[in-house]
Amino acid sequence: MRTERLIGLVLAALAFTAISGLALITAFIFKEGFPLMMKVGLTDFITSSDWYPREGHFGIFPMILGSLAVTAGAMAIGVSFGVGVAILLTQFCPPRLVGVLKPAIELLAGIPSVVYGFMGVVILVPLIRENLGGSGLSVLAASIVLGIMVLPTVISISVDALQAVPRPYYEGSIALGATEWQTAHMVMLRAARSGIMAAVILGMGRAIGETMAVIMVAGNTIALPRSLLSPVRTLTSNIALEMGYAAGDHRQALFATGVVLFVVIMILNTVALTLSRRRARGASR
Amino acid sequence: MRVPPAVTQRAVVGLMWTLAGLTLGVLLFIIAFVLWKGLPNVSWEFLSAPPRSMGREGGIFPMIVATAYVTGLGVLIAAPVGLATAIYLTEYTREGRLTHVIRFGADCLAGIPSIIFGLFGFVFFVITLGMGLSVLSGALTLALMVLPTIIRTSEEAIRAVPRAFREVSFGLGSTRWQMVTRVVLRSALPGITTGIVLAVGRCVSETAAVMLTAGSALGLPRGLFDSSRTLSLHFYILSREGISMAKAYATASILVVVILAINLFAYWLMRRFVAKVR
Amino acid sequence: MSVIGSTSVQPFAEMLAEEFNRNNGDVRVEVQGGGSTAGIQAVANGIAQIGTCSRSLKPEETGFTPITIARDGIAVVVNLANKVSNLSRHQIRAIYEGKITNWRDVGGTDQPIRLITREEGSGTREAFTHLVMGETRIAASAITQESNGAVKELVKNDPGAIGYMSLGLVHGDLKALTVDGVKANAGDVINGTYPLVRPFLFVVKGTPDAAAQRFIDFVLSPPAQAMLEKEGLVRAK
Repeated sequence: MRTERLIGLVLAALAFTAISGLALITAFIFKEGFPLMMKVGLTDFITSSDWYPREGHFGIFPMILGSLAVTAGAMAIGVSFGVGVAILLTQFCPPRLVGVLKPAIELLAGIPSVVYGFMGVVILVPLIRENLGGSGLSVLAASIVLGIMVLPTVISISVDALQAVPRPYYEGSIALGATEWQTAHMVMLRAARSGIMAAVILGMGRAIGETMAVIMVAGNTIALPRSLLSPVRTLTSNIALEMGYAAGDHRQALFATGVVLFVVIMILNTVALTLSRRRARGASR
Repeated sequence: MRVPPAVTQRAVVGLMWTLAGLTLGVLLFIIAFVLWKGLPNVSWEFLSAPPRSMGREGGIFPMIVATAYVTGLGVLIAAPVGLATAIYLTEYTREGRLTHVIRFGADCLAGIPSIIFGLFGFVFFVITLGMGLSVLSGALTLALMVLPTIIRTSEEAIRAVPRAFREVSFGLGSTRWQMVTRVVLRSALPGITTGIVLAVGRCVSETAAVMLTAGSALGLPRGLFDSSRTLSLHFYILSREGISMAKAYATASILVVVILAINLFAYWLMRRFVAKVR
Repeated sequence: MSVIGSTSVQPFAEMLAEEFNRNNGDVRVEVQGGGSTAGIQAVANGIAQIGTCSRSLKPEETGFTPITIARDGIAVVVNLANKVSNLSRHQIRAIYEGKITNWRDVGGTDQPIRLITREEGSGTREAFTHLVMGETRIAASAITQESNGAVKELVKNDPGAIGYMSLGLVHGDLKALTVDGVKANAGDVINGTYPLVRPFLFVVKGTPDAAAQRFIDFVLSPPAQAMLEKEGLVRAK
């Protein structure tokens, strides 16, 4: 069985590609970005609001705030619409319609981010500018566009979580006289809570990581955002906007921005994974 | 005044239907708008001619080729690797430390934003490995990006194959590899193909990562080391530079049509061949 | 052969490359964007044979040979509905610094001024900073866009906006302000009276190789220069 052994080894080697890819990415991003973070000082880098690369000032606090603001806005939309639609699909929707709605929502996920951004620029930004004031390029615009973009993720994972709730929970609640809605929000949601949290966190990860659409509608100023209508720059936009032009310290500062982004997303992902694994273990019991 | 539960239910369900309606409405609006504004500008000439005058005139043929090239090559690299990983995880080892590590790698990779892939691809493939801005750099970067998707869907598909199939195969005296290739894979093929089709969809819509690795040259890519521009990137550049809104919409409509086709195909595959495990 | 660099130069370089490739089958010119600084780096790294730049080389960028292929005015643009038509360089600087914040302070209607700038490292921004701002920082509240076209779209649609962009791309959808009393048109750029002019450069490391030299010769030839002029640039000589 020498060939079997060989095949097993080859497969094992290939199986390590993913983790080695991850290791490589981590290594390179940190290698390029870390020295600058040390040079500027970690606290200074993260808390200073001065982003003037030509003068050697690298403070990314406005971008951190920007990413937070835009993500919070996106999740407000993503969670309210997403979980709502998920409950609808699993508890109140006739199966035939589910067969239409679910693929339609998955289709939403496939549309390129640049198309979303473009629609934002052409329709949403003028709408905000004419009705709410400001230039239209704002936290609000970015939140709406991102919110729409994370909907498919939130919906599909929440649906999975709700569908994984054991049937007896539902039947027991109805047998006790609750309406479907009471069952849905008092029993099902609670039972699926870790899965839904995982959905929200994964959605957050997607929102934080989005680049192209945000550059088009957020305004990209380096000032701290002061309201929903303020223009804002996120960590991702910072990297994409200036990457082509950056050299030396400036480029390293952009990689350092990448490091911050990477760390935040890794934390979010690990939390989401632990939550969904806990749910999986719980459901199989 | 206490609102009776039935009334609350009706109100809430009504609200949820509104939310769902809005969600679908947005989707349909985007697709309809892009197609309405863009399809009139699409002609056979548009699809087969190269761009002229910075994209103001002419067509998008090199972009179609570039997208096919980068996507095709990327998936060609990622599919065997992803499949091998899935097979290894399901058939060749037991759940344990090793599998946890491999899965952790794949899951983390799945969450990394595309701009970071772009940064990595730029530093590693373009500069360190010296491939330059090229189809190859773009394809390798995209391969890394879709690898987790392929691993996940392949694993699901393989796990869905009933255990009995495997036992029968062994009972007839096959080796493990024969069992995998002749029995399991044959059964899991539709599921695996769906995963690959979804990966293709992801590659086609990707912009940030290819921008930094495959470049933005307008010419037809003739070799692996030529730089070229994909459809998404071309659309982005056309619309941002204000070069030609008509051409931008037209490019976007082609993109949307391709994505629709890919999604419909994946959906059809799943409906026809894959049993719903849940 | 790769030509990498400024996004301002890119459309023109692409046009020239198209023409060149059509007449020269053996050499294939590929044009990319990425920015002026990226272009210079690409030449330094050997990724590109020619780098394009929409600003003069900085003193620390040594070892390169710059070749002026055209000159481009930087237009300060406002919305067509804006009443203001002329500003002094001093006023433009004060506006971009954030000291003047309302159009009525410079003779327009009562409307907040919305600043639009390019991203750090853009050749256009560098040139604007060099020619207008000097050592003064551009206000942090300025909205940043990543291309001439994006700036144009914003200013075209927002009555309170002010931006700066390549003169060659203005095309009548926007109002190009007269600066210090001088109109922003090709004529005044050629005879040097319009103050905001920057060179479009081809940058090579040391001396160009044969293929690069052929492309450079083509670009500097009268028919190519005429093409550039038709697109709104000003000849190199």
